[in-house]
Amino acid sequence: MKFRTLGRHIKEGAKNTWRNGWMTVASVGAVTTTLILVGVFLVLMLNLNHIADELEQDVQIKALVSLTTEEEDISTIEENIENIRGIDEIEFLTKEEELANLVESFGEQGQAWELYEQDNPLNDVFVISATDPQDTERIAQEIEGIDHIDRVNYGQEYVDTLFQFNNYARNVGLVLIVALVFTAIFLISNTIKITILARKKEIGIMKLVGATNSFIRLPFFVEGLLLGILGSLVPIGIILGGYYYLTQNLVVFQEFNFIKILPFFPFALQVAAIIIGIGATIGVWGSLMSVRKFLKV
Amino acid sequence: MIEMKDVYMTYPNGVVALNGINVKIKQGEFVYIVGPSGAGKSTFTKMLFREEIPTKGTVTVNHTDTTKLKWREVPHFRRNVGVVFQDFRLLPKLTVYENIAFALEVIEVAPKQIRERVLQVLDQVGLKNKARFIPDELSGGEQQRVTIARAIVNKPSLLIADEPTGNLDPETSWGIMKILEDINASGTTVLMATHSKEIVNTIKKRVIAIEDGVIVRDEHRGEYGYEI
Ligand SMILES: Nc1ncnc2c1ncn2[C@@H]1O[C@H](COP(=O)(O)OP(=O)(O)OP(=O)(O)O)[C@@H](O)[C@H]1O
Ligand SMILES: [Mg+2]
Repeated sequence: MKFRTLGRHIKEGAKNTWRNGWMTVASVGAVTTTLILVGVFLVLMLNLNHIADELEQDVQIKALVSLTTEEEDISTIEENIENIRGIDEIEFLTKEEELANLVESFGEQGQAWELYEQDNPLNDVFVISATDPQDTERIAQEIEGIDHIDRVNYGQEYVDTLFQFNNYARNVGLVLIVALVFTAIFLISNTIKITILARKKEIGIMKLVGATNSFIRLPFFVEGLLLGILGSLVPIGIILGGYYYLTQNLVVFQEFNFIKILPFFPFALQVAAIIIGIGATIGVWGSLMSVRKFLKV
Repeated sequence: MIEMKDVYMTYPNGVVALNGINVKIKQGEFVYIVGPSGAGKSTFTKMLFREEIPTKGTVTVNHTDTTKLKWREVPHFRRNVGVVFQDFRLLPKLTVYENIAFALEVIEVAPKQIRERVLQVLDQVGLKNKARFIPDELSGGEQQRVTIARAIVNKPSLLIADEPTGNLDPETSWGIMKILEDINASGTTVLMATHSKEIVNTIKKRVIAIEDGVIVRDEHRGEYGYEI
């Protein structure tokens, strides 16, 4: 194809898009709906996975030393723990230190705990982290078998549940999105079919005088692309705007280390790029589908 | 320049339109294709611009075997063959000039060359003063002249006309014939399927008669040979 005629194809494609009126609106609407869902889904899934990852990195095993343990036994326990495979760090905290941490973590309201300073109900603890978070469960079980260890706590169950939920949500989301993507492709290919039928005579003459197939196809290709890209504008607006709002207003929670969502930049832009990419793909695919059927030589 | 060897054509619905055609046509010839309705005249012409390919046999045009053409090569093959139909097939919203230029635009000829060529063929078919008219503002004969201009604007070596005067009154038809003869005189091979006894018997040329998909007669300076 010659560069000179590219302008012609784009003009033709744009003209067709405009002429198809309601069908254009319908197919752009279908793409828009699909992409809003894709966007929200992406933002949710990627953030949930991110949060789960973060939480998993933070998972620590707390081994509570029984209250009756003699001080000289502590080093034996520590040695036993150190011998377990896959341990990254071990830290020993006396019950006094534990209480101090607790008081601190509650800030103002923590004052109430100070009452316990005289009669500390807490245990001495070992805080252990695994080199690979995947090993946490095994290590916890092994520690539980060591003498003088009362109980072992770790947050893995919560993380596992979150991962499970993520998997489930992802599958449901994917099925929904695939169905929507195909609906959008179908609508676009129908819109372009209308153009092709309306231009049957023109196409017939083009073939007769020897226009190449790619020349004949290009305007329809452009039309599909245009429909896809038009359909991605609103979703991108919503995602960029919405996510910006979210990052601004979740600051309060972030201070408490409660949730850490992915930062606006570059995450929101990446999602926007994915959305426009999927929009363009849907459009081009839809156009190829109808063009292939109608423009057979 | 044209050679058909043992050409058989059966349409998908089972109709046998060509039943063993053997023919050679040299560059620069003017040939009438005659025969009763349904004999296979149009099918014969469709072989030559690869609208159809034979179910058996070979069709060679300008040393190109159309049965072996890849679909990618068809467009370039067609640029060397001009085609004119009974129903003019002009684009109603484009002017005469634009209709002819369209044929060159879609094969990506440079704009300057397009202008030059279009004005040239408009002159050739005597429509220079109607360049800005749209097809609806023209008579049937004028419209047919536009399609002829469109068919020859890319200087094809072969011009195929399937009943070019079929929709025109006798007087207008002579004008069209004059143009076709001129085109032929400049070296272009012209192949014309027709039902016009007057034309065939007056402007004497080679006549190929087809009946039931078979060539039954092939004469130089022949007669139409059918009543009506
Ligand atoms: N596209 C097609 N599909 C099926 N059958 C066809 C097709 N085109 C033509 N035929 C059949 O093939 C036979 C030859 O048709 P063709 O059009 O070649 O005849 P013709 O000689 O041009 O007739 P006419 O003088 O009426 O134009 C006819 O029986 C016709 O019905
Ligand atoms: Mg016919």
